[in-house]
Amino acid sequence: MSPQDPIGASSRPPLQLHIPEPPARPGQAPRFDHLPFSPAGAIRRPDPGVAEPEMRDLPYGLIRVLDDEGRAVGPWDPGLDAETLRRGLKVMAQTRAFDDRMFRAQRQGKTSFYMKSTGEEAIGAAQSMMLDRDDMCFPTYRVLSWLWARDYPMLDLVNQIFSNEGDPLKGRQLPILFSARDYGFYSLSGNLGTRFSQAVGWAMASAYRGDTKIALAYVGDGTTAEGDFHEALTFAAVYRAPVILCVTNNQWAISSYAGIAGAESTTFAAKAIAYGLPGLRVDGNDFLAVWAATVWAAERARTNKGATLIEFVTYRAAGHSTSDDPTRYRPAEEAACWPLGDPIERLKTHLIARGEWSAERHTQMEAELADGVRAAVKEGERIGTLGQSKPPVRQMFEDVFKEPDWRVLEQRRELGV
Amino acid sequence: MPKMDMIQALNSALDVMMSRDPDVLVFGEDVGYFGGVFRVTDGLQRKHGLKRCFDTPISEGGIIATAIGMGAYGLRPVAEIQFADYILPAFDQLVSEAARLRYRSGGEFWAPITVRSPYGGGIFGGQTHSQSPEAIFAHVTGLKTVIPSNPYDAKGLLIASIEDDDPVIFLEPKRIYNGPFDGHHDRALKTWAESPGSDVPEGHYTVPLGKAAVVREGREATVLAYGTMVHVAKSGIEESGVDAELIDLRSIVPLDIDTIVASVRKTGRCIILHEASRFGGFGGELSSLVQERCFYHLKSPIGRVAGWDTPYPHAFEWDYFPGPARLAAALKRVMED
Ligand SMILES: Cc1ncc(C[n+]2csc(CCOP(=O)(O)OP(=O)(O)O)c2C)c(N)n1
Ligand SMILES: [Mg+2]
Repeated sequence: MSPQDPIGASSRPPLQLHIPEPPARPGQAPRFDHLPFSPAGAIRRPDPGVAEPEMRDLPYGLIRVLDDEGRAVGPWDPGLDAETLRRGLKVMAQTRAFDDRMFRAQRQGKTSFYMKSTGEEAIGAAQSMMLDRDDMCFPTYRVLSWLWARDYPMLDLVNQIFSNEGDPLKGRQLPILFSARDYGFYSLSGNLGTRFSQAVGWAMASAYRGDTKIALAYVGDGTTAEGDFHEALTFAAVYRAPVILCVTNNQWAISSYAGIAGAESTTFAAKAIAYGLPGLRVDGNDFLAVWAATVWAAERARTNKGATLIEFVTYRAAGHSTSDDPTRYRPAEEAACWPLGDPIERLKTHLIARGEWSAERHTQMEAELADGVRAAVKEGERIGTLGQSKPPVRQMFEDVFKEPDWRVLEQRRELGV
Repeated sequence: MPKMDMIQALNSALDVMMSRDPDVLVFGEDVGYFGGVFRVTDGLQRKHGLKRCFDTPISEGGIIATAIGMGAYGLRPVAEIQFADYILPAFDQLVSEAARLRYRSGGEFWAPITVRSPYGGGIFGGQTHSQSPEAIFAHVTGLKTVIPSNPYDAKGLLIASIEDDDPVIFLEPKRIYNGPFDGHHDRALKTWAESPGSDVPEGHYTVPLGKAAVVREGREATVLAYGTMVHVAKSGIEESGVDAELIDLRSIVPLDIDTIVASVRKTGRCIILHEASRFGGFGGELSSLVQERCFYHLKSPIGRVAGWDTPYPHAFEWDYFPGPARLAAALKRVMED
């Protein structure tokens, strides 16, 4: 050591800035070998009452129930009856039918915007069916299946998407940034992540009142980078809030792969460990695994054991939204190569293997669902698509405050409504 | 001279600066490989490399905070916030940090950062893709706020912002990225190529911050506007039949007070037009300044035409958006006083 070179600085290597890059871009072969997958049935199922330090292996495994042949295997098999599974299948298929129809409607100029959840339908469907009607979901735009699982009236959502006179949100929100309080579906907004910690507050309120309701919230993989995600985990851990915090890791955030959100170094489920919360990493394309993980987390929440972080490993099989062309940034065949398959196909195969379903019944169901969607859209079109019909313009000025103040009253008069 | 639309002009500004100065970095959500959701950073990663144009996590607070840290170190970061509506998670970093670093450290540290963000309405973007938050930045001492209205200015102002040693919020009116929208949503959009302001030099030039442009000379009233509203004002003035002078502020901080005062003293009437909601909007500041400096020259009360005091509603895009008819009515009203 010399005074000129106090700690050997001159012999150090130059530092290098690291920027993550996805395994494949357009023109390259899709690859998923960077992701840890476990075989179906391989992950243990601790008792939900066990203390968190006993299960720090779980965030690095992948909880799966359905194997490649469509059999339900292993300790997480929720043992659901065929009727429940057929219902789940129908909810997922309806989600897809609705998405396809509304995506086309946007292309035909009937509305401004739409977002599909293709490939991710199992998550909202199973969780909505499994949780109670008075539990509250803090959704993202990619869990409309939650609503279909609760028989939300399709026409009302069509009207919202068309921003027409029948829009239950009075023309004020972008399509599918929805709200349906009676269906346990908290108000959505365009800004990502902000409701994740509100769900914790909702759950804390239920605990404060001594109620039995719990809350569930979603963020995408990309959105885990927002402060809201970390605030939610901190508050949930500190107050042992009865909440289920879910990350839908669909591998992409618009054009950024999950590595840009930190997935190069660890799993999203493993983020729970530092907060002292259980973290489950679950096959999000496996209806049974989603269901089973939710049962487990709900039991913890309902018995005052606190929050669980669940990462659902899935794949965004469609573009981000109607404004997006995913072939510009990822291989076109990537979706077809996704190792966890398609949630609808997988549950269908399982039911058929159990002798509880058939290809013919499936085709018939799809036709019926398409008819149902078509009828609802027709009805919505009769009221009017975007620009042809809208709620009364005075609605623009209402609900700014509970009671309108003079500014709003004056401006309404100025506009003559 | 090549014709450019707003997106090409902004892209060219970034390219010119990245080529001249290795300390200029461009980052933000989806700006790297993909080139940004509005394509403003298209091709920059391919040309300048992964380390100079890259994607960030979805964390606006993190984007601005790391930009400040890099800027304090000596780089010149240009961060993109995908929509100005989503700048709010970074608000503390902008207000408490970027804006004050130089002041509180006695000049030891500063934040020469540029924060680009598409803003404004007119695209059926609903509540969270349409807002105009310029006034909340203008209120913060230590931040500059720039809003171009055409491709030539966009490039020159962006280069000037990047070269500026203080933090600049650079708001890009997304409704005019592809053409000078004049508020007539039922008519075909003119392209930039057929409109003034689209002859853009390929190389380096600047449009100085704090220098307004007199877009149209007039004798009877002064209209103050910026961004998309410059084009709305043009058609509104025409439709009113009033011989109004139109001033494009180009930056609201620094503000070209001399040009404003000279015009209002000449015309004796002043209307301020902005998309942002009216109460507490930047029009309030402009109105006070004009009143303080031009009171004895005014022939009528200063008028404001602005968005209503509600969130930006999806179905009511054109009921909310302050279009040319509302400006024309306001101009006729002040002429009656
Ligand atoms: C605060 C905020 N920043 C940026 C955006 C723009 N944006 C909308 S969706 C999206 C990607 C979200 O990705 P992810 O969280 O993975 O959810 P996914 O769309 O994949 O379901 C971005 C960046 C936004 N809506 N809100
Ligand atoms: Mg995602």
